[in-house]
Amino acid sequence: MSATTINPSVRRAQAGTTEPAWVRYSLIGLALTFMFFFLVLPLAAVFTEALRKGLEAYWDALQEPDAWSAIRLTFITALVAVPLNLVFGIAAAWAIAKYEFRGKAFLTTLVDLPFSVSPVVAGLIYVLMFGAQGWFGPWLQAHDIKIIFAVPGIVLATVFVTFPFIARELIPLMQAQGNDEEQAAIVLGATGWQTFWYVTLPNIKWGLIYGVILCNARAMGEFGAVSVVSGHIRGQTNTMPLHVEILYNEYQSVAAFAVASLLALLALVTLVLKSFVEWRHARELNAAAELPPERPHA
Amino acid sequence: MALFSLARSHKAARVLPGFNITLGFTLTYLSLIVLIPLSALIFKTFTLTWDQFVEAVTGPRVMASYRLTFGASLIAALVNVVFGLLVAWVLVRYNFFGKKVIDALVDLPFALPTAVAGISLTALLAGNGWVGQYLEPLGIQLAFNPNGVVIALIFIGLPFVVRTVQPVLEDAEKELEEAATCLGATRWQTFSRVIFPSIAPALLTGFAMAFARAIGEYGSVIFIAGNMPMVSEITPLIIIGKLEQYDYAGATAVAVVMLVISFVLLLVINALQAWQRRHTGAPA
Repeated sequence: MSATTINPSVRRAQAGTTEPAWVRYSLIGLALTFMFFFLVLPLAAVFTEALRKGLEAYWDALQEPDAWSAIRLTFITALVAVPLNLVFGIAAAWAIAKYEFRGKAFLTTLVDLPFSVSPVVAGLIYVLMFGAQGWFGPWLQAHDIKIIFAVPGIVLATVFVTFPFIARELIPLMQAQGNDEEQAAIVLGATGWQTFWYVTLPNIKWGLIYGVILCNARAMGEFGAVSVVSGHIRGQTNTMPLHVEILYNEYQSVAAFAVASLLALLALVTLVLKSFVEWRHARELNAAAELPPERPHA
Repeated sequence: MALFSLARSHKAARVLPGFNITLGFTLTYLSLIVLIPLSALIFKTFTLTWDQFVEAVTGPRVMASYRLTFGASLIAALVNVVFGLLVAWVLVRYNFFGKKVIDALVDLPFALPTAVAGISLTALLAGNGWVGQYLEPLGIQLAFNPNGVVIALIFIGLPFVVRTVQPVLEDAEKELEEAATCLGATRWQTFSRVIFPSIAPALLTGFAMAFARAIGEYGSVIFIAGNMPMVSEITPLIIIGKLEQYDYAGATAVAVVMLVISFVLLLVINALQAWQRRHTGAPA
């Protein structure tokens, strides 16, 4: 009874800030249709194409030695590139967020620069540096060091394209948190390292993990930049995305989509982890906001 | 006096240790990974005379690739503005089953390697694909021609608009909309005169980001484009083609053009973001 009497007045009050039901449902329907065609279908297609000839063909494709070496190289690349950019991200965020200095805005723009450079150009610059006709080419050849068409070039190109990921997450976060807590720690006698480890790091933990997840996804999935410096030597300088390309161009569709399905799984894991980190971070922020200031959490 | 207090506050900011080491490391790493290699690109172009440079960057095949790259990127970014706003609006304003999953799925193009997106979209849209088989009898071809380039770029750019508009919509004050309604505005007037102006800067930022990303995109496009010279060959592919013919100077010249464009776009995006911050009154 009471529901029927309240409902109309509630509806009238809401009418100012929402749309009639038919508009709402058609907008939701339109958005979901778009998402279905552009996101759900491509994702589903990867797995169905991979399993087109059954599970056995799928497993066989993944047990190829070339596929394995591609998987190994992809992990090695990410294992080098992500920690390097993690250290850089923390150092850059500390310098940019904690201090005022001249040219800070320009430095921030430069940190962002690799985001807007085409991956192909990113690969090309390392060819011009270390390739046979590059700046250091003759010297490298004389000392029998291979960077281009070898693993170091792949790692370098990956480091370039994932360069800003972690710094980008940390800079706004550390700026928002300000310096008060760190200054208090220093005044109370903590060393710089202790301050970072016990004060700053717990504050930026979730942003850091978030950045690492995104950086890792890009590092494992990079195609354009790596393609330029790799030389596509099967079993040696092929990462998973490059291996997908080779198989696809050889019309080995099932094998190509089988390797691609691993990358798609990686993407799904990335999305789940990302949502989890966002959820935990929001929960901690809410908990901190509800904490009475005079009785801090023990 | 003012100068004195300024100096003191400046000094107080340096209570924290580690400025020299972190800035030093940042600059060294930035130089080694980004600045020196990019300068190699600039210096390499100086091995060309001006005429050779102009010839390399304005050849008919290259010009056709600019038209395709910029045209397709523009169309894709515009489509993303419309549908990105729609998706952001639906996610912020309405409740429906599976909303959390849809919200997480928006970031799929960031997480899915571009090569995977490329072969998957191609498989869908080719003549025998799930979607292509229904379009082909109608005479619509979406793969292996410029249409495919646009489709791939829409996929790549989708999260940019959604993720820039979404937080602004979330923070929008409902009181303003209520006031507009009380003053007699229709819902559409409220949207176009009150809500839209407040999200316009974010929408423009998202557009610029999607556009910038689309111009440089390579992995997803090359599988679906068909890569016919003069018709469906994007500019990054021109660079690869020149490299494969050992025309390093020519590849570099085209790369410099792309680099300059992406740098200009980066500055535009930064300016847009500064404008957006002033617009919403959020701290810088």
